[in-house]
Amino acid sequence: MQFMLLFSRQGKLRLQKWYVPLCDKEKKKITRELVQTVLARKPKMCSFLEWRDLKIVYKRYASLYFCCAIEDQDNELITLEIIHRYVELLDKYFGSVCELDIIFNFEKAYFILDEFLLGGEAQETSKKNVLKAIEQADLLQENLDFQIRLLPAST
Amino acid sequence: MPAVSKGDGMRGLAVFISDIRNCKSKEAEIKRINKELANIRSKFKGDKALDGYSKKKYVCKLLFIFLLGHDIDFGHMEAVNLLSSNKYTEKQIGYLFISVLVNSNSELIRLINNAIKNDLSSRNPTFMCLALHCIANVGSREMAEAFAGEIPRILVAGDTMDSVKQSAALCLLRLYKTSPDLVLMGEWTSRVVHLLNDQHMGVVTAAISLITCLSQKNPDEFKTCVSLAVSRLSRIVSSASTDLQDYTYYFVPAPWLSCKLLRLLQCYPPPEDGAVKGRLVECLETILNKAQEPPKSKKVQHSNAKNAILFEAISLIIHYDSEPNLLVRACNQLGQFLQHRETNLRYLALESMCTLASSEFSHEAVKTHIETVINALKTERDVSVRQRAADLLYAMCDRSNAKQIVAEMLSYLETADYSIREEMVLKVAILAEKYAVDYSWYVDTILNLIRIAGDYVSEEVWYRVIQIVINRDDVQGYAAKTVFEALQAPACHENMVKVGGYILGEFGNLIAGDPRSSPLVQFNLLHSKFHLCSVPTRALLLSAYIKFINLFPETKSTIQEVLRSDSQIRNSDVELQQRAVEYLKLSSIASTDVLATVLEEMPPFPERESSILAKLKKKKGPGAVSVNELEEGKREGGELNGGGGERGGDNSTIAASNASTPSPSADLLGLRTGPQVSAAPPSAGSLLVDVFSEAGVNDDGFLRDLEPPTESSDSLLAEGPGDSDSAPPSAVSEDAAPPLPESNELLNKFVCKNNGVLFENQLLQIGIKSEYRQNLGRMYLFYGNKTSVQFVTFTTTVSCPGELQSQLNVQAKPVEPLIEGGAQVQQVINIECLGDFCEAPLLNIKFRYGGALQNLSLKLPVTINKFFQPTEMASHDFFQRWKQLSQPQQEAQKIFKASHAMDTEVIKAKLLGLGMALLENVDPNPENFVCAGVIQTKAQQVGSLLRLEPNAQAQMYRLTLRSSKDTVSKRLCELLAEQF
Repeated sequence: MQFMLLFSRQGKLRLQKWYVPLCDKEKKKITRELVQTVLARKPKMCSFLEWRDLKIVYKRYASLYFCCAIEDQDNELITLEIIHRYVELLDKYFGSVCELDIIFNFEKAYFILDEFLLGGEAQETSKKNVLKAIEQADLLQENLDFQIRLLPAST
Repeated sequence: MPAVSKGDGMRGLAVFISDIRNCKSKEAEIKRINKELANIRSKFKGDKALDGYSKKKYVCKLLFIFLLGHDIDFGHMEAVNLLSSNKYTEKQIGYLFISVLVNSNSELIRLINNAIKNDLSSRNPTFMCLALHCIANVGSREMAEAFAGEIPRILVAGDTMDSVKQSAALCLLRLYKTSPDLVLMGEWTSRVVHLLNDQHMGVVTAAISLITCLSQKNPDEFKTCVSLAVSRLSRIVSSASTDLQDYTYYFVPAPWLSCKLLRLLQCYPPPEDGAVKGRLVECLETILNKAQEPPKSKKVQHSNAKNAILFEAISLIIHYDSEPNLLVRACNQLGQFLQHRETNLRYLALESMCTLASSEFSHEAVKTHIETVINALKTERDVSVRQRAADLLYAMCDRSNAKQIVAEMLSYLETADYSIREEMVLKVAILAEKYAVDYSWYVDTILNLIRIAGDYVSEEVWYRVIQIVINRDDVQGYAAKTVFEALQAPACHENMVKVGGYILGEFGNLIAGDPRSSPLVQFNLLHSKFHLCSVPTRALLLSAYIKFINLFPETKSTIQEVLRSDSQIRNSDVELQQRAVEYLKLSSIASTDVLATVLEEMPPFPERESSILAKLKKKKGPGAVSVNELEEGKREGGELNGGGGERGGDNSTIAASNASTPSPSADLLGLRTGPQVSAAPPSAGSLLVDVFSEAGVNDDGFLRDLEPPTESSDSLLAEGPGDSDSAPPSAVSEDAAPPLPESNELLNKFVCKNNGVLFENQLLQIGIKSEYRQNLGRMYLFYGNKTSVQFVTFTTTVSCPGELQSQLNVQAKPVEPLIEGGAQVQQVINIECLGDFCEAPLLNIKFRYGGALQNLSLKLPVTINKFFQPTEMASHDFFQRWKQLSQPQQEAQKIFKASHAMDTEVIKAKLLGLGMALLENVDPNPENFVCAGVIQTKAQQVGSLLRLEPNAQAQMYRLTLRSSKDTVSKRLCELLAEQF
C-alpha cells in the first residue's frame, strides 16, 4: 500500500498515512485530486478505480471515506477488508466510533494504525492482539495521567 | 476502554481542537492557529523549563495544526526531547511527531537516531516497537545507514518477542524498499525464510511481506520459501473455519496471510518437486471448490475475504499458465462473477479475465463470455466498470469476433465518457487494422471512427489509414469512393477533410469516371471545406490541389485561379502563402513530364509495427514519455522535413503540415526508417528544392549546417536556430568551424577502443583505425561520401591548439580533393607524443557539396592513455608502488554512478582497451579491478596505477588513479569516469 487517507464527506482530511517518500507539495496535490475524484462518485459505484498508475480502493463509513492507494499487483478485495478491519479496531477501541473520536483523538487513530499496518503491509491482523498492544500502552498512559491530575491538587 | 478517558489526557488539546471546529471561516481558523502558534513559540522559548506533559501537549497541538494542512517550522527539537523521556506517553507523541514531520536536518537526525538506538537496546518490547515503527514510518537513508545492520539480528534472535519480530520484519522491508544496497540479508537469509514456519500467525503475516519483496529481487537465494509457503497455505486452506481463532475473519481462515502466500508463490515458476506441486494444485482446487459452496455468512466481509483469496489463486493459476484444467475452471468462475450483483466482483472479474484472455489455454473459454461483456459495456452504470469491459473486449478480440467487437465498440463510442474516448479510438483503430480481412472494412471502420469521434482521432490514426491505403492498391478505389461520400455530409470533421484531401489527391482519378464524382466535382467538394479548416489542413488541401492539376489537367485553370487569389497568394500565414506561390509557379512553368515526376503517386511506406500501438502504450502510462522519446520525435521531425524534398510533392504535404504543428508524432508517416538523402531520386529532389528556394522562404530550420543542397539556401541555413549562437555561420565562413558540440562525446567513445565510426551525418561518414607503439601512433581516417553527388575541394587540416603544440606532434598526409558519390578516401596521420597532454587535436574538414561549402570540426580521438605500455606485476609490488605514489596530488579519485550495466567481462574488456595491464589476484577484494601501466612520452615515462571498485548494489564505482605525474592522474580519471 502506498498511502491511506481518511476524509469527510465535506472533503476535510482527517488522517493521512504515507508509506512512500513524497514531498509535502506532492502529498497535498494527491490528496486534493483524490478527495475530489472519490467524492464525485455515486454511492452504488464500485469501490475500485484506476488512478495514475495506482489502484484506489475506497469505502465510506457514515460520514467518513477511507481511501487506500495500492500497487498494480496488490489485491483489491483484501484491501477493502483492511479498511474494514481498521474501522473495527477503531470501533472497538472508542466504543462505536464516530468522526469526532478520530478528530479529537487523532493521535490514537495513528497509534492503532501503526499497530495494524506498518510500512504499508499488514503487521497484525488479529483484532485481539492489536487492541492488546494499544491497551498496554494506555495503561502506561493512564498511570501517568493520574499522576498529572494529582499534581495541581496537592500543591 | 471507556471513550471519555481518551481525550482527557490533554485537556488543552481538546479545547484547542474544539475552538478550531467552531471557527466559522477559514480566516477565523487561521487567526486562531496563529494565536496558538505564537503561544507555543513563547512557551518553548520561555525561561521556565517545560515539564514533559506540557511539552507533549504543545507538540501534539503542532502536529494537529500540521495535519490541518499548515506549515510547521519549529518544535522539532522539543519532539526529539520527548523521545528520550522515560514516560511512554511522551515518547509515543515524540515519535508520532517525528514520523509525520520528518525534517532532513542532519543534526536532528543524529539525535533521533540516538534516541532510537537507546530504545532498540532497551529490551523493553513496547519501546522497541515504538522505535521500529518510527524507522518504518520515516524510512530515510540515514536511518537505513544507522539500523539496517541491527534490525535483521533483532528479527531472527531467539529471545525477541513476537510483536517486536513483526515490527522488525516490516521495518526492514521499508528500509529495503528505500535503500536496498544497505539491507544485506546474507547469513540471515535462511532464518528469515524459516519465519514462514513460525508458530505465531502474526509473525508469519508480517515476515511474508518482507520475504516476498526479497524474493522478487533475489529469487534464487530465497527459493526454499516455495515449499514452506505451499505447506503453510495447505494447512490454512484445509483448516476448519474456527481453527485459527482470532486469525479467522468472518469465517474465512487467515485471509490476509493466504493472499500473501499466494502472492509470494507468484514470484516463482511452478514448483519442480512433484509432491509440492501436487499439494499446491490441491490447494488451488480447494479454493475453487469453496467458491461454489454456500456462504457461511451473509456479511459482505465474508464474501470479500473469501473472494480475495480466490482472485489471488486465479492470479497464480494465470501466472503459471500451465494447467489447462485450472485455467478453464478459473475462467468459468470469473464468468459467474461477470453476472454477480456486486459491482466490485464484476469489476474484478472483467479485470482478471483480461489476463486470462492472453493465455492460449483459456482464450477460447474467455471468448464464450462475449455477449455478457458487450452487455456490460452497454449497461454498466459505473464508468470504471465499462472501461474494464472495453479492455476485456479488446483483449479477447481475434479474427473470428473482430467485426462484432469493433462494431460494438464503435457504437459504444457514440455515448462513451469523454475520459476514455481517445483510448477507445486507438483500440478500435488497432483492432480494425490487426484483424482486417478485407481492407474495405478497415477503411469503413476508420472513417466511421472519424465520423463518430473525430475530435479524439489522433494524428497517428489518420496517418495510419493513409499508409495502409497507399500500400494496398486493392483498396484505393474503394477508399476514394468512400471518402468522397463521407465528405458529402454538410458538417464533417476536419480529420475527415484531411483524409479525404489526401486520398482524393492521390487516387481521385480512380473515381473520376463517374460524372457524379468528376474531377471538378471532387475539387469543388474539397474546396467547399477549405475555409472551415485550420492552417495545417488547408496546407494539406493545397497540396491535394496541385496533385489534382497533375491528375486532371482540365482542373488546372480553376485551381490556378484559386491559388492566385489574394486569400492564398497573400495569405498571412507564411506556410500557406509559400505553398500557394510555389504550386502556382510549379503548375505554370513545369512541363507535363516534370509535373508528373514531381507529383508522382506516393511510393509505398515501409511495413513496420503500427505506431498506434506505441501511442496506446504511451497512453497507458501517463507521464511515461521519456525525454528520449521526445528527442527522437524531434529528430524525426527533422528527418521528415529533410526528406521532404526527395520524395515527391506529396511528401512536402506532410512535411509542411508537420512543420506548422510540430509534434513528436511527426514520424508517423513511416519516414523514420525511410530512405535518407542518398536514396533520393536526384532529379525530383533538386527540382523541388529549387522551387522552395526561389520562393525565398524556408521556415524549417531542420536542414542544419551540413546539408545545404544549393548555394542560394546558404543564408537560410546561417539563420537556422542551431547556428545562431555558435559564432560564424559555418557554411559561408572560410575559417575552420568550431568543434561540433558532440565532439567530446565522440572522443570519449574511443578512449578504450581504436577502431570504429567517428562521425556520421547525412552526407559524410568518417571511420577510424589506429595503432600505437611506445610514444608513436598511426591513425587511418576513412572519409565516405554517402550521397550520389561528388564532394569537391575536399581538404582536411589537423591542428594542435595551444599547449598541445609542444606536447603532440601530428602530421597528416594530404587527402584526395575529390570524393565521388558513394566513394571513400583514406588519410594517414602520424602522431608522436612528446609530453603528457590533456587536450585533443582538432580535425577540420571542408568541402563543397552541390556548390555549398561544408565546414566541420571534430576532435581526433588521441588521448593520453593511447601511449600506455602495460606492466605486469605481483600483488606485493603493486601495493609497494601504490604506497610510493602517496602524495595527495598524485592521486585522483572519482565516485560516480554506473551508466552501463556492471558486467565484469565488459569492464575487463574496457580496461584492457585502455592499454594498461589488468592485474588478477592483486586486490584482496575479488570484485575490484587493478591495473598498471607506463605512459611513454618522448620526454619521460609516467608510471600509473589504477583501482576500480564497483558497488553493484548502489550501482556506483569508485575510481582511483595514482601516477608519478599529477596531470596524468587527473586526465586519466576524467577520461575513465565516462567509460563505465
